[in-house]
Amino acid sequence: MSGGKIVKVSGPLVIASDLADVKMYDVVKVGLPQLIGEVIGLDGNTAFIQVYEETAGIGPDEPVSGTGEPLSVELGPGLIGGIYDGIQRPLTVIQQMSGNWIARGIDIPKLDRKKKWTFKAKVSKGEQVITGDIIGTVQETELVEQKIMVPPGLAGEVTMIKSGDCTVEEVVCQLKQDGQSVDIKMAQHWPVRRMRPVKDKLPPSEPLVTGQRVIDTFFPVAKGGTACIPGPFGSGKTVVQHQLAKWADAQIIVYVGCGERGNEMTDVLMEFPKLKDPRSGEPLIKRTVLIANTSNMPVSAREASVYTGITIAEYFRDMGYTVALMADSTSRWAEALREMSGRLEEMPGEEGYPAYLSMRLAEFYERAGKVKCACSEEREGSLSVVGAVSPPGGDLSDPVVQSTLRVVKVFWSLEDKLAYMRHFPAINWLNSYSLYLDNISDYVGNKISPDFLVLRRKAIKLLQDEASLEEIVRLVGVESLSANDRLTLATAKSLREDFLHQMAFDPEDTYTSLQKQYQLLQLIMHFHHLAKEAISRKQNLDDILKYKIREKIAKAKYIPEDKIATFKELFNEVEQVFKGE
Amino acid sequence: MSKAKEYSTVTSIAGPLLMVEHTAGIKYSEIAEIILKNGEVRHGRVLEINQDKALVQLFEGSMGLNLADSRVRFLGKSLELGVSLDMLGRIFNGLGQPIDKGPSIIPEIKLDINGLSINPCARDYPNEFIQTGISAIDGMTTLVRGQKLPIFSAAGLPHNELAAQIARQAKVLGQEEQFAVVFGAMGITFEEADYFITDFKKTGAIERAVLFMNLADDPAIERIATPRMALTCAEYLAFEKGMHVLVILTDMTNYCEALRQISAARKEIPGRRGYPGYMYTDLATIYERAGRIIGQKGSITQFPILTMPEDDKTHPIPDLTGYITEGQVILSRELHRRGIYPPIDILPSLSRLKEKGIGENKTRGDHGSVTSQIFSSYARGKEVKELAVILGEAALTETDKIYARFSDELESTFINQREDDERSIADTLDLCWKLLLLFPRNELKRVKDAEIEKYFLKGQQFEDK
Repeated sequence: MSGGKIVKVSGPLVIASDLADVKMYDVVKVGLPQLIGEVIGLDGNTAFIQVYEETAGIGPDEPVSGTGEPLSVELGPGLIGGIYDGIQRPLTVIQQMSGNWIARGIDIPKLDRKKKWTFKAKVSKGEQVITGDIIGTVQETELVEQKIMVPPGLAGEVTMIKSGDCTVEEVVCQLKQDGQSVDIKMAQHWPVRRMRPVKDKLPPSEPLVTGQRVIDTFFPVAKGGTACIPGPFGSGKTVVQHQLAKWADAQIIVYVGCGERGNEMTDVLMEFPKLKDPRSGEPLIKRTVLIANTSNMPVSAREASVYTGITIAEYFRDMGYTVALMADSTSRWAEALREMSGRLEEMPGEEGYPAYLSMRLAEFYERAGKVKCACSEEREGSLSVVGAVSPPGGDLSDPVVQSTLRVVKVFWSLEDKLAYMRHFPAINWLNSYSLYLDNISDYVGNKISPDFLVLRRKAIKLLQDEASLEEIVRLVGVESLSANDRLTLATAKSLREDFLHQMAFDPEDTYTSLQKQYQLLQLIMHFHHLAKEAISRKQNLDDILKYKIREKIAKAKYIPEDKIATFKELFNEVEQVFKGE
Repeated sequence: MSKAKEYSTVTSIAGPLLMVEHTAGIKYSEIAEIILKNGEVRHGRVLEINQDKALVQLFEGSMGLNLADSRVRFLGKSLELGVSLDMLGRIFNGLGQPIDKGPSIIPEIKLDINGLSINPCARDYPNEFIQTGISAIDGMTTLVRGQKLPIFSAAGLPHNELAAQIARQAKVLGQEEQFAVVFGAMGITFEEADYFITDFKKTGAIERAVLFMNLADDPAIERIATPRMALTCAEYLAFEKGMHVLVILTDMTNYCEALRQISAARKEIPGRRGYPGYMYTDLATIYERAGRIIGQKGSITQFPILTMPEDDKTHPIPDLTGYITEGQVILSRELHRRGIYPPIDILPSLSRLKEKGIGENKTRGDHGSVTSQIFSSYARGKEVKELAVILGEAALTETDKIYARFSDELESTFINQREDDERSIADTLDLCWKLLLLFPRNELKRVKDAEIEKYFLKGQQFEDK
């Protein structure tokens, strides 16, 4: 490909001229250090390039060359447990090459070229296969069996297939397509800005169980759904994201640290190998892929990092896995867009963000979903996306929040006021919502209990009543309330402190199964129900509130998962207390 | 200097920016020297390069420059700081030149002040507790080695006293290690600077300190370089010489204003309140230079101080800072008015790394739950007191009255302490328990029975037992 030269350098934006045959979103190598960049605009003879690395030290007349390829990720064995930068360069390899600090212009293979994987063929010679069909498998980690699929666009009769130990670059299979022979390797490529093909999109029907009570019971997200967590700093967005990455019942987790703190990525890197998956007992890192573009890493790679993450997530979805992607934080991505837009001197929209902000966000979230995978068999996979948003000053009128709310179905509203009271997760129970309740009602009705959603509704009603009663209390004091209203306040407090409040750092409290969540909620609501009956029999509320059983209810969340039968005893105890009054 | 290119083709000067034309081979971000007619030399950096035009940002301002006689020499390298161990105990200006009348530094190496990003794989997670001797910080917003914890202050609040006290008292328990303080001042007044210098001299801390001083009457644009000078020096001490470095940067608000000034001079599209859209990224390149590295002995802990305009936490400067740093210590004007020092508002203050730095073998097993209880009781106490303002004290229930009393006692005995009072972490936690004694047991939901048995002062009883 013929070379051009640099005309202008302004931060991460480089303008080059005389680049022949470049296309929009092609990857180019910029300057003498061969920095990696992407074409984001073309005008006559000039190309606008966003460079994914620090541009200090390059200047006009230095060469620019096109690669003719769009920004792509490499998909194949070796992804799991890895940590990559925004354009999928493995950070561990960069560390071996350049030490503790990230040097520039490093061009390294995205997947390990030397490592041998044991490939087990699943098709035999003479079979007809199409795009997405599984030709073999590789047991990548104890938790993940990677399925090697026919790359998009290929189909035909298998003319060669071999099992055995291979690297990602060796040909493991050959197809005859339209009379031509095509090679299939374990690694395939896909441009990050295009959604991978699927046969059909399906409506989500199962909850993504996260073990977080306020999420699973009150505002659930479905497998294949989308959710957002906006909140001011210090309200616990990252802790919620980490909790989801740890405990969500997805088979693959892709965690994108987009423009956030370096120490947070280190935390994940150090903690995940130690934490055990509650279902399999294996370390969580064995199902996790990390993309890290910390806030001091180049700003344009931040823009690419969410696409890199979601393309990797789609690849696992295509294998039929349940995948969840956490992006922390999408605001930093939007700011990267804004910065590039400003340097391109585009007409700004709201708050200086480009006018195409909401389109980009919508495109991104729309890549989530439950799908019928593109292949000849019936295979379903799902990709759920949870994005954190960091609005300035916690102001929800921020354009990024508003554009996000238009596309996502679940809104977890984090509030700093709750965080100050150390009520975690600081998800406001009055403002948050989930639009997946209808989707999952059959599932929870069958698996947990038909009255699960009924109880949930009652509990939310109580909390809403609490909010309006509190206003009255503020005006006239608590004495003026009726016994029933005071009971409502007491139960709402119990719901807040004994059910919604959940300590991420407590070994027992950090994860609660859906079954236990139901039992706990039922216990609190049953006490409320019986107390209400007692009041109607003219029993004194103050006496009821002194019952010792309430202390046991308060501690019920610490009951270990394997002693879940204890709830039955507590339930009986509550009944006994009210019978023996 | 043989490769240096010199031009006298300055075509325009606007604020701190200078346009040089007919240049060749100039690189983005390289450093330039501007030679005035009278021989004075100033410094600048290439902000943008467009074919044969270079836009240079001046660090010392454009006063006295003219188009005809100014010559610009491009040095072909980034702004560098020569570092050596002799810097300890010395005072420099915002561009790293000595101003204490001492000899100039013979550098061991010259380092690019912009630094590089630490590879997240190479980072070691900060988890060593630093005892500052201040209850409100040690107990509630615990500081750990390698953390960046800003102080959100406001005009007229004692943030300097607090920073000096931390610099004086900070230590890691049970270890005697090489410790240094790097102090970066941006646009503070002579008196403020003098306070620190005198305090450091009085306590002998000056021997272990490196000071970079850009005072209020120094050129504002120099402030862009000052924190990077300070951090480059800190990185050298920490990762080349294995020291534990505490970096105090004050006042970040002045830094951000300098950033805005350049952005305005470049006629960029402004973001919120006129600050540039890239301020988050720019601040991150400063704050993210705190941390520890696997296999390296030293560490950098950052204490940036910023004054919130109009005490407003949602102002872009504190807001963006809070999104990058690992927590914040917020000072409250209300507490200050009531004579409480340090006036730390513990509810909105936060240390994100607290959980990793506390507990058995670090501080004490009860640290997490007892402070969680203090937080929630104090929050309730403040609410109750608000209620009492509207309804009168008489409308409170008995329990509510306990909460109100608790929050008063907490402020006057726990948060409040003298400037020379150094409390050990055990004292701080015992004080927490003593305050919780005001409550009946069933109000304390965040502490477990076993912890009460183990850590509670002997012979003490809850009210209802």
